[in-house]
Amino acid sequence: MTKNQIEINPECPLPFSANERVTLGHGSGGQLSHQLLTELIYPYFDNPILATGHDSALLSIGNQRLAFTTDSFVVSPLFFPGGDIGKLAIYGTVNDLAMSGAKPLYLSCSLILEEGLPMNTLSTVLASMSHTAEESGIKLVTGDTKVVEKGKGDGIYINTSGIGVVAHDICIAPQQIEKGDLIILSGDIGRHGMAVMAMREGLTFDNPLNSDCAALSDPIQSLLNEGIVIHCLRDLTRGGLATALVELSESAEKTFLVEETAIPVSDAVTGACEMLGLDPCYVANEGRFIAFIPAAQAEAALTLLRNHSVSATSCIIGSVDEGNKSQVVYKTTMGSERLMQRLPGEQLPRIC
Amino acid sequence: MKYMHEYRQADTIKQLADKIADVTSQPWTIMEVCGGQTNAIVKFGLQQFLPSHIELVHGPGCPVCVTPVDIIDNAIDIAARPNVIFCSFGDMLRVPGSAKDLQSVKAEGGDIRIVYSPMDALKLAQKHPDKEVVFLAIGFETTAPANAMAAYQARAKGINNFSLLTSQFLVPPAIEAMCQSPQSRIQGFLAAGHVCTIMGYESYPQLAEKYGVPIVVTGFEPLDILQGIFLCVQQLEQGRSEVENQYSRVVSQQGNVPAQQMITEVFECQSQSWRGIGHIPHSGLRLRETFRPFDAGQKFGLPDRISSANSTDDTTGCISGEIMQGLKKPCDCIHFAKQCRPESPIGAPMVSSEGACAAYYRYATFNESVAFNKRATAQTSEKTAKRRDQ
Repeated sequence: MTKNQIEINPECPLPFSANERVTLGHGSGGQLSHQLLTELIYPYFDNPILATGHDSALLSIGNQRLAFTTDSFVVSPLFFPGGDIGKLAIYGTVNDLAMSGAKPLYLSCSLILEEGLPMNTLSTVLASMSHTAEESGIKLVTGDTKVVEKGKGDGIYINTSGIGVVAHDICIAPQQIEKGDLIILSGDIGRHGMAVMAMREGLTFDNPLNSDCAALSDPIQSLLNEGIVIHCLRDLTRGGLATALVELSESAEKTFLVEETAIPVSDAVTGACEMLGLDPCYVANEGRFIAFIPAAQAEAALTLLRNHSVSATSCIIGSVDEGNKSQVVYKTTMGSERLMQRLPGEQLPRIC
Repeated sequence: MKYMHEYRQADTIKQLADKIADVTSQPWTIMEVCGGQTNAIVKFGLQQFLPSHIELVHGPGCPVCVTPVDIIDNAIDIAARPNVIFCSFGDMLRVPGSAKDLQSVKAEGGDIRIVYSPMDALKLAQKHPDKEVVFLAIGFETTAPANAMAAYQARAKGINNFSLLTSQFLVPPAIEAMCQSPQSRIQGFLAAGHVCTIMGYESYPQLAEKYGVPIVVTGFEPLDILQGIFLCVQQLEQGRSEVENQYSRVVSQQGNVPAQQMITEVFECQSQSWRGIGHIPHSGLRLRETFRPFDAGQKFGLPDRISSANSTDDTTGCISGEIMQGLKKPCDCIHFAKQCRPESPIGAPMVSSEGACAAYYRYATFNESVAFNKRATAQTSEKTAKRRDQ
């Protein structure tokens, strides 16, 4: 090799062609996001903690187990029925911590503000963040603020990172999912995505459609406190229920059976989805999760979850089948069966 | 939900499936014309309720799929220009042109907006009088009235910075072209319910009679489609070739007359190229002379190749034409679920929610997709193995 030749590092291949650009689909949480992560981003930072692909990184420091996570929020509009960007910025990070079974403790917050943003809007968002953090039992302890030129932001972008303590010693991970586990869904799906979309598109409904955004740590902590052996948890965000199930079946190398009749969807969401040609299973949520629980404990888990308003309508939507084929078999209301796939690209632009 | 769950109930579906099985004595091949029907068939796994010797083949009724490459290239040309706001239905953004798609133009800085109606684009034109606002007006007889109305109102209100890049198709000439094809295996048609909502079905009896094929105007819910199949099979078994209206709760024989008048006022018939299928005489619409100032192709000085037989061929290796004429299934394509996936489509049917390939990919049914299944599993385990190796 001559001096002038560029050395190519084979561990960091560029899987995308040189003239390709980032599209909105790469942020959808579906197949394109997955490709961006696994083919471009992960190879640069490869390490065993990152490779687990959890919502939070689990860190051992001395005898203490901690969960650490980060999330950015670029939602438009900033305010929508049932929530706002400030609420989402707290709940998103709290929920990522909760999904590892951690008790959320501390948050950082970075604000990227666009020149010209009314101070009034900013203070409304901050008040909402403050209230939500207090309600979630988490303290915002450090932060940063930057301002970008007018036209280079969308009012407010927020990044939050969070730390939580893992007080239990069970391992909550896709690899723990076992044949016979029951799949519990914490409530009806698709309300956040459709509330944002309806607001954006000026759609109105007889029964107003509110986002489901909420903190999920309390119901999870009750399960753990009562000795429920949670095998796996996943909050449903971009990509919806279908994408979460497909991702977990791949990581767990297991077959899931899911019943359409068991999945609660409100009439307003069903109607809006039918009208816009969307599938509720792919619509975003901000306050819903799925839990994989051993069948013997499923009833007890349901009773505990139903004591919390955020998971009051929890129900069993399916089970883990035998065999190690990574697939999600979806049984329709009519009794026919098909396979679920991840959301391929973009179903809605920037909803969380 | 009212008027939806009633059409998806397991017991009524089962009763109808039994009736179809009872009436079927031999193999039949039936085409559902509309992509919306294809999507419902695959999404709800309706083939699972049919006797194995009834084959459903998927028709050309997906506007995104049949829009010619030349139109996409013209759209890309216009959308990349400064001072243009280019409006489109969302699906069109990812349809490959000869070199790239509209989504790439957007990522490169083109002002491309997703709208749900041409009237939204017209409002944008009023709001931005200093910009040229162009709407990509694609579709069948279903979208034609709204597109016509946009041009009509633009002229009436003098909104001269608005124009339409049109690619409008007509269904009956396409059905006739398929009936005339010597390769055709189609023995009966489920006509597209929504197209008939606008146009009625008075033009169908002569087709049914001339080519000896039953045509059943059919809706989009699982029960509609199974009932359409039942009526079609019943006719085939009895040796009849008539027009029946399964979707009578929506479709009348005359259709929506004011909508038809609006179409006729603004558009005139022309020959049209269909992507993957080719040139079909009298199968398209273009703006009439009096509305030409609102024709984006003319306004931006772009070549019109879609009304001639010299349109650009799709050279990507996509077999959409054969799929949409019922000659092949998505799984027969060597690119299906390999190079051609929804996130990196080679052909338009992998893009649109009404495209047969996208439906097969997204809703691969449990029994029909063994080959696809194996491929997907192999790829997953390959990826997992790679991850482990790293």
